[in-house]
Amino acid sequence: MTRIAPLFTRLRAERRAAFIPFVEAFDPNRETSLALLHGMAERGADIIEIGVPFTDPMADGPTIQAAGRRALLAGASLAGVLALVQEFRSRNNSTPLVLMGYLNPILAYGVARFCVDAAEAGVDGLIVVDLPTEEAELLLPDAAANGLDVIRLVAPTTSDERLPLVLAGSSGFVYYVSITGITGTRTASAADLARDVPRLRRFTDLPIAVGFGVRTPEQAGIVAAHADAAIVASALIDTLCKADVTAVLELAAELSAGVRGVKKI
Amino acid sequence: MSIALPNSLRAGPDGRGRFGEFGGRFVAETLMPLILELQAAWENAKADSSFQTELDYYLEHYVGRPSAMWFAERLTRELGGAKIYFKRDELNHTGAHKINNCMGQILLARRMGKTRIIAETGAGQHGVATATVCALFGLPCTIYMGAVDVERQKPNVFRMKLLGAQVVPVSSGAATLKDAMNDAMRDWVANVRDTFYIIGTAAGPHPYPAMVRDFQCVIGNEARVQLHAAEGRLPDVAIAAIGGGSNAIGLFHPFLDDPSVRLIGVEAAGHGLDSGAHAASLSRGRPGVLHGNRTYLLQDEDGQIQEAHSISAGLDYPGIGPEHSWLHDIGRVEYVAVTDDEALAAFTLCTRTEGIIPALEPAHALAHVAKIAGGMGKDEVVLMNLCGRGDKDIFTVAKHLGVEL
Repeated sequence: MTRIAPLFTRLRAERRAAFIPFVEAFDPNRETSLALLHGMAERGADIIEIGVPFTDPMADGPTIQAAGRRALLAGASLAGVLALVQEFRSRNNSTPLVLMGYLNPILAYGVARFCVDAAEAGVDGLIVVDLPTEEAELLLPDAAANGLDVIRLVAPTTSDERLPLVLAGSSGFVYYVSITGITGTRTASAADLARDVPRLRRFTDLPIAVGFGVRTPEQAGIVAAHADAAIVASALIDTLCKADVTAVLELAAELSAGVRGVKKI
Repeated sequence: MSIALPNSLRAGPDGRGRFGEFGGRFVAETLMPLILELQAAWENAKADSSFQTELDYYLEHYVGRPSAMWFAERLTRELGGAKIYFKRDELNHTGAHKINNCMGQILLARRMGKTRIIAETGAGQHGVATATVCALFGLPCTIYMGAVDVERQKPNVFRMKLLGAQVVPVSSGAATLKDAMNDAMRDWVANVRDTFYIIGTAAGPHPYPAMVRDFQCVIGNEARVQLHAAEGRLPDVAIAAIGGGSNAIGLFHPFLDDPSVRLIGVEAAGHGLDSGAHAASLSRGRPGVLHGNRTYLLQDEDGQIQEAHSISAGLDYPGIGPEHSWLHDIGRVEYVAVTDDEALAAFTLCTRTEGIIPALEPAHALAHVAKIAGGMGKDEVVLMNLCGRGDKDIFTVAKHLGVEL
């Protein structure tokens, strides 16, 4: 079992949702990413999602696209991201880490070797954006053999008929892409979430995390009221661009407080 | 439309959209239901003779099909070997083969009740063809085009705008076709309910590679009949240029089960295959996943996609349609590469011997014809797809010839 399931068990006892910030690895350099990972863990990140840079991030909006470009210019690679995780783990062996990226770098690395190395480095879960259920057998056996959670994306377009298929073989948590769109653009309303999250719960006992378009502590609080975790990415990257690591960590602390302020029934 | 027979090389793809190990549906979950809906709609349309009747009507009366078959007699004499025939898809309305596919897809979009069209374009030929059919049917249209291509294909940008399309310059990545396709996919994800994405080449997630191929097979099907009328036989060689590979698969597919027909696809070697500046995915790439399908890609050791280069914006793409990857691996089609300079020489040759200004894309195919025709017998026949006219390229060619317009 990875660090993810025990975390959600603990949070259920604490009657609160999880806060999941996102760090694009190597944006704009390795040292910054390492500082952000440790800093976020210290300021209330329950899980950290690490973006693996790719030249063609088709599901991402302008903010994460630009972050990926900066990261690649700084020499990011999948092997480099695993080494970053390993270094983080030398000081932090408790915060669950989830890698989010696209399939081609994993194929180039070799799926089997990647799953072995990712587990060894201390990765807990994988989100592969362009690997839908129909193609997932490419990754599932190696991930399972190495004890990695494969976290599935579910979208507003995923019908009730399709949900059981999409959720089969998923573990860790379910990532609900709360809008039809790319990252960092639109935001789902409280009414959307009140309708959509219960729909998903009919099909899974896994925790449901909501991402895409969650930017402020208020929005994170709304997500926390309906779902089991709030994922924030673009707002943190925008802050890093405009200011510095300190400002990002301040925002992370506020977002975490927004999530923790909501008591679950 | 293609006919699939058991034990035929024309039977693919399988139910998962695979040609051997290539193809598939590698898209985000948000798009997956749309891809499945499109597949169902396409299968339904294929089985409905009224759809084909409607498509045939527009192809004949609007596009101008069948396109002519031309015996290039002076070129044949000049090269001194095989008889060279041009399948003249540059005579189609809008000047390239692209409209064969656009007409098919927009009729499907209308059938599905979609009210907005998006497309990507490289050279602008697919963008112009899409904008044209959107004007014809009164549908709003957004075309994504790399900012670099917007600059080097200004006449086509102006054409698209005249036709009422919104042209969105894409400045991410290398600002060429690959990046335009990324942004078109992002648009589609954000507008899933009303929007139909007309992909311009035989690539992307299933069912696009098969659907685009089927719409382009009109090229090979006509050529087969026309060449039979002219020569009473099949060609010895059929040859076409390849970027994503839609004109080539449209020409090749009807000949796949005829082992006597040698099929040759011509990739863009840019400054040379070992220069690092080319678009030859099969000659120099490795299998990987991009834009929804598994296929040969130009990529580095870390699986990051590399930028392609070609003098021809239409060939400037780091991937290739998955069926070509499969045909390459099983050896049914030979894939070769031609440099910018060789293509320019062929462009001039065609213009001066035949009075036809070809697009730089088919000029690549012609450059390879020029390499092999002289070594073939005078009774042998080469069939080349002249898939586009060169009006759009005169500025690029003038620049390379050192002429100020």
